[in-house]
Amino acid sequence: MAASPAYGEEKGGSSSLGEPEYGHDPASGGIFASDYKRHDDLKEMLDSNKDSLKLEAMKRIVAMIARGKNASDLFPAVVKNVACKNIEVKKLVYVYLVRYAEEQQDLALLSISTFQRGLKDPNQLIRASALRVLSSIRVPIIVPIMMLAIKEAASDMSPYVRKTAAHAIPKLYSLDSDQKDQLIEVIEKLLADKTTLVAGSVVMAFEEVCPERIDLIHKNYRKLCNLLIDVEEWGQVVIINMLTRYARTQFLSPNQNESLLEESAEKAFYGSEEEDTKDAKAEAASLAKRKPYVMDPDHRLLLRNTKPLLQSRNAAVVMAVAQLYFHLAPKAEVGVIAKALVRLLRSHSEVQYVVLQNVATMSIKRRGMFEPYLKSFYIRSTDPTQIKILKLEVLTNLANETNISTILREFQTYIRSMDKDFVAATIQAIGRCATNIGKVRDTCLNGLVQLLSNRDELVVAESVVVIKKLLQMQPAQHSEIIKHMAKLTDNIQVPMARASILWLIGEYCEHVPKIAPDVLRKMAKSFTNEEDIVKLQVINLAAKLYLTNSKQSKLLTQYVLNLAKYDQNYDIRDRARFIRQLIVPTEKSGALNKYAKKLFLAQKPAPILESSFKDRDHFQLGSLSHLLNAKAVGYQELPDWPDEAPDPSVRNVEVPEWTKCTSREKRKDKVEKPFYSDSEGESGPTESADSEPESDSEESGSSSSSGTSSSSSEEEDEEEEEGGSEEQSEDKEGEEEEEEKRKKKKEKGGPRKASPRSVGSEEEEEAEGKKVKKAAGPQGKKGHAESSSEEASASESSSSGSDSGTEAPTVVEAKRRKIPSSKAGPKEISLLDLDDFTPPPPQPVPSSSIISTSLVTDLEGLTLTDTSLAPALLSPAFGAVRTYELLHRMAGEGLSVEYCFSRRPFPGDPHMVAVQIQISNNTDAEVKSLRVSEPKLLAGMRIQEFPEIESLAPGDTASVVMGIDFCDSTQAANFQLCTHTRHFYVSIQPPVGELMAPVFMSENEFRKEQEHLARRGEGKLTGMSEITEKLTLPEKCRSDHAIVQQVTSAANVGRVPCGADNEYRFAAKTVTSGSLVLITLEWREGAAAQLTVNSEKMVIGTMLVKDIIQALAQ
Amino acid sequence: MIHSLFLINCSGDIFLEKHWKSVVSQSVCDYFFEAQEKAIDVENVPPVISTPLHYLISIYRDKIFFVSVIQTEVPPLFVIEFLHRVADTFQDYFGECSETAIKDNVVIVYELLEEMLDNGFPLATESNILKELIKPPTILRSVVNSITGSSNVGDTLPTGQLSNIPWRRAGVKYTNNEAYFDVIEEIDAIIDKSGSTVFAEIQGVIDSCIKLSGMPDLSLSFMNPRLLDDVSFHPCIRFKRWESERVLSFIPPDGNFRLISYRVSSQNLVAIPVYVKHLISFKENSSSGRFDVTIGPKQNMGKTVEGVVMTVHMPKAVLNMNLTATQGSYTFDPVTKVLAWDVGKITPQKLPNLKGIVNLQSGAPKPEENPSLNIQFKIQQLAISGLKVNRLDMYGEKYKPFKGVKYITKAGKFQVRT
Repeated sequence: MAASPAYGEEKGGSSSLGEPEYGHDPASGGIFASDYKRHDDLKEMLDSNKDSLKLEAMKRIVAMIARGKNASDLFPAVVKNVACKNIEVKKLVYVYLVRYAEEQQDLALLSISTFQRGLKDPNQLIRASALRVLSSIRVPIIVPIMMLAIKEAASDMSPYVRKTAAHAIPKLYSLDSDQKDQLIEVIEKLLADKTTLVAGSVVMAFEEVCPERIDLIHKNYRKLCNLLIDVEEWGQVVIINMLTRYARTQFLSPNQNESLLEESAEKAFYGSEEEDTKDAKAEAASLAKRKPYVMDPDHRLLLRNTKPLLQSRNAAVVMAVAQLYFHLAPKAEVGVIAKALVRLLRSHSEVQYVVLQNVATMSIKRRGMFEPYLKSFYIRSTDPTQIKILKLEVLTNLANETNISTILREFQTYIRSMDKDFVAATIQAIGRCATNIGKVRDTCLNGLVQLLSNRDELVVAESVVVIKKLLQMQPAQHSEIIKHMAKLTDNIQVPMARASILWLIGEYCEHVPKIAPDVLRKMAKSFTNEEDIVKLQVINLAAKLYLTNSKQSKLLTQYVLNLAKYDQNYDIRDRARFIRQLIVPTEKSGALNKYAKKLFLAQKPAPILESSFKDRDHFQLGSLSHLLNAKAVGYQELPDWPDEAPDPSVRNVEVPEWTKCTSREKRKDKVEKPFYSDSEGESGPTESADSEPESDSEESGSSSSSGTSSSSSEEEDEEEEEGGSEEQSEDKEGEEEEEEKRKKKKEKGGPRKASPRSVGSEEEEEAEGKKVKKAAGPQGKKGHAESSSEEASASESSSSGSDSGTEAPTVVEAKRRKIPSSKAGPKEISLLDLDDFTPPPPQPVPSSSIISTSLVTDLEGLTLTDTSLAPALLSPAFGAVRTYELLHRMAGEGLSVEYCFSRRPFPGDPHMVAVQIQISNNTDAEVKSLRVSEPKLLAGMRIQEFPEIESLAPGDTASVVMGIDFCDSTQAANFQLCTHTRHFYVSIQPPVGELMAPVFMSENEFRKEQEHLARRGEGKLTGMSEITEKLTLPEKCRSDHAIVQQVTSAANVGRVPCGADNEYRFAAKTVTSGSLVLITLEWREGAAAQLTVNSEKMVIGTMLVKDIIQALAQ
Repeated sequence: MIHSLFLINCSGDIFLEKHWKSVVSQSVCDYFFEAQEKAIDVENVPPVISTPLHYLISIYRDKIFFVSVIQTEVPPLFVIEFLHRVADTFQDYFGECSETAIKDNVVIVYELLEEMLDNGFPLATESNILKELIKPPTILRSVVNSITGSSNVGDTLPTGQLSNIPWRRAGVKYTNNEAYFDVIEEIDAIIDKSGSTVFAEIQGVIDSCIKLSGMPDLSLSFMNPRLLDDVSFHPCIRFKRWESERVLSFIPPDGNFRLISYRVSSQNLVAIPVYVKHLISFKENSSSGRFDVTIGPKQNMGKTVEGVVMTVHMPKAVLNMNLTATQGSYTFDPVTKVLAWDVGKITPQKLPNLKGIVNLQSGAPKPEENPSLNIQFKIQQLAISGLKVNRLDMYGEKYKPFKGVKYITKAGKFQVRT
């Protein structure tokens, strides 16, 4: 400081610091405050230790930047402060850096390390801003660093940082487009992100980097549709525009059969405008009419989810939805957007301008849509001219036979406006109405003729031009008007109008044989002073007269042509030469001469007055290109509808978001809650990343918001009713049951195809002689209404069974129904295959606690905490049921007994394995009082005997269920089967796979549990809880389907959704102790695979591995 | 998306520039100036201008042109809406969106623009979020800051940014908890020469000023919600609830905001609260004309019509006007040819009248059209559509808030053709 010049010192330390230094322009500062010195003083301040001085200096520098002054020579001094503690100084330094780094690349590199450090900061705001600045510095050398930073940030736990990463992608792309492939990977990853915060930004990046990679959207399509309502408004615009394009490539045109039904469709949509509630009806009606076309449910989803956004306060969002409807919706539904667009006309004049442009285009194609709002387009004298002209355009487009009189009356007032440009446009508009609507042509023409005596020349000129066009339609009747116009040539000076009159006279010179030569005479006189356009018409007139009336006009024509020959304009010279050759017969002139009359006086088609907005709709509405009517840089063409719809299954998601919603309460809540803002907000922010270090917290959190409206309301209703009827009969199980059903039904209701189910399983069932209800499996493609009704009947039958007290057989029966479903496609996760019945939890975990905890977590939008980690128990899912023989026919003296593990929870005791026993009486006599007695069990084992069978007629078969608590061991349970005459010693030995019941958990939970188990194992002995075995998959087991089937048949486990392709995960709990068993099967290249089983029970683990390998090897 | 922003005042000075991508030279504005010159009138500058390398999208607000530079395809409304949002934010921060206010707070303006856009894509536009990031300037704060050296810039991520209610900041505390709603209705109308209504429509808004602590969940219901034909909502409103029950349910932002804007269905006949008797004529071949206008009240449901102002754009040929007003005062600007008559309150007993002679340019042809009259007025304590707020309930917080609803009817674009 001391060394600095006095002036600088004064500036630096004095009280005048507070104000930005406007007065210190080099020019105004005088010789003492030279530019150099002034900056010197800023440098001093930047070097000082005081933050306040630095801040002051930075503020002055930023003020300079804001005014466009060059402050680049301060770069070294500023860049030093990049690590300043004061956050405001730091921010201002960032501003400076971003502005000048491009110019001073070498120096800018000094700051990079600070940002790299910032990227690791615990504060998400600092991480994000470091990434922002780093990516904004346009220095090519740091591209690799940027790439790394973006990749890292893309998996940051804070959605805000991920959002910033999405923003950084286009920045990097514009700096180095070679990074495209890598960036697409990041985009793909971020597209899968489920937070609303990220969605808009990543779609933006997608649009800038790889808009052609429409395939990246498939998997995220439904999610984007469902999230849309909660995305911030700017993101909504970008997403809607992108989805419009997407839908155009993926769905069929909803209007393909429209043309026949045009009338009725129009009516339908008028109705819909009256009241929104009618919409659905109109929709249904119009859909019913169009039989052959069935709208893709995903197409419908998009339309349904965007519609509420018409109510947005943001004009851009409304416009985006409007264009989406215009381009994608069935004709009958497009009408809903009119109201919203008309509303925007109340907004700022710039908004009006853009909206009117779009309305003008729409009103050509869909006139009926805006007709009810005709008066909203009436023009006020205070409107800016450009708005007036656009409104006029719309009014003209809307004119039809019924409303033309009102419109013309309105036009009459416009003609007297002071705004002459507007008057001219009105006259044009009248002309257009007259051409389009024959009824009013004469009226319009008369009106326009009256305007010919208007005092304003512009008005007259415009009228002349329009009249000329109108006359061309029926010239014979209007020779009076032509005469009147001929008189005007004396007064009117506007070139276009003069040219029009001359053309008219020339064209219809036969109607005005006396006047025409006189006009030519006058024009010949003033020829040299005319405008070019008039001169050309004079020549035309002369030629035509020469051909029709050469006696009177020969000399005049020669004169005009001579004048034209020496004109300055080459067009005119050219024309004169051409016409002379054509009309004046000479020796040289050839055959053309004969046809001159035909050439000049041919019947000319009347011009069609068209809107300048016609055909503009080949540009995506609302786009810049549409507004300019020219392709803007980076405009993405709106593709035409495909003839054949591409495979809709590409949008199926393997790990559906909703599997994460563990409680049905949640989804119910969601649906009931309003779109815009869920009151979940009350319980705090959805995502508080800093407080939840686990990365999975985000995912489950986002799923809560994504669940918002995945199910349609109709579906909801149905389920509600059904659930209600069931709960009456089975209160205990009702809740979970309903949830399961919902999941299942959704699956069926969805568009995905159920994969073909193997015939074998059906046969198997038949062989067992069961009355199998084929509810779930094969008809996955049918409407859900059907399947749900079937389900309903199924549940009825089961509930009636339970009423009568003989619970066991019916349970079995009900269970049977699920067998086929387990054969469903390999990609289906087992969750879908569940039956209506859910076991009571095997552990004394009250079901309510599951619900409540998960409800809480839903509200928080966070991961399940440990307490809620009692994962929801599932009904079993499995393949073919294997039956074992308990008593052979021979040994049993005609009584044969078979058993199988039904994999049902045993009613009454969750710790027991249900064993289904089938007893056939092959004797000739009745077998009486069939029962179990004298069980010989190991310590801890228990048996719940089946109720005694009073009698079994010859040839009859009875099926009963007994429960056995095997204490998680594979020890056999021995007991006696008694009849009224005999005792048979029998034993049941369970395969290890039957000692467990499947549990449902998410991928994250699975991983967490696995880790947890592994860690516990380490505490004792490594490998204690993990058994890994390599195996070779035989040929037939190399499909997803086969693997899942084999594993589930070997053990009663539930499949866990898994992101990786070649990995299969299953989870179960042992029935007695409830300890987790986790199975991971990794399918490596070829036939190689690795099986890992984690379980606290080592014995079970080992045996399970053996069993599964055996099953797979079969 | 948005490449750069230039702020230009009416005299054509570029007084602020901000670039979000690489720097675009100021010379790009020359195209804008060209268009501006061509348009003569400021309102006629086309909002979108195409130049060889860029596209310029501009808005005109409070005597400032906000000119943004675009390089690639982007929905024009997106940019326009954003620019208006920027202007709104300035208004919000500095109390006015004027050249002086922006120049005085240039650093805050710059910080705001930096937060609002990232690489040209909007980042934070909610006023509640911005205010947490960058505190609005107050005299007290600037004094405190200059002493303590603390900054105006927040160092943590605003809570709103991550929550799904980004419009509300956390930890709001008031000693007096108040919620005020202003139901403001505007009548847009075109009345023709004979006094019959060509077109009339009621447009309304509900502006709110909410100063409630914590996270209140409000629901506002109307006596006659069916009146509302077309509604647009602040994002805070739960759409489903409105759809099903016609109740506005929302967690409000803190401070002033527009809750909804609506249009009253056009089937309802609009009661026009005033009538105008007028006689304006220009004599042929004489340099004078007559001007006689009377305004009277009509169907105003017992409320007084006040704040009546009439403005007339007279034809160019008018040189001067020599009038007498029985009430209020009038001015005539011979340059812009605008006649403004400030009437004030209308009392039915004595109707305000403005009468006199119009002096025309001698020799000029008589103006063809009579000018249209633009009327402004205000009626307190009345919503002309009959809309009534039924009740306001608050959930989620324990205190009892003070609630208030105010109704005002105003003239919107109210024009009488003569």
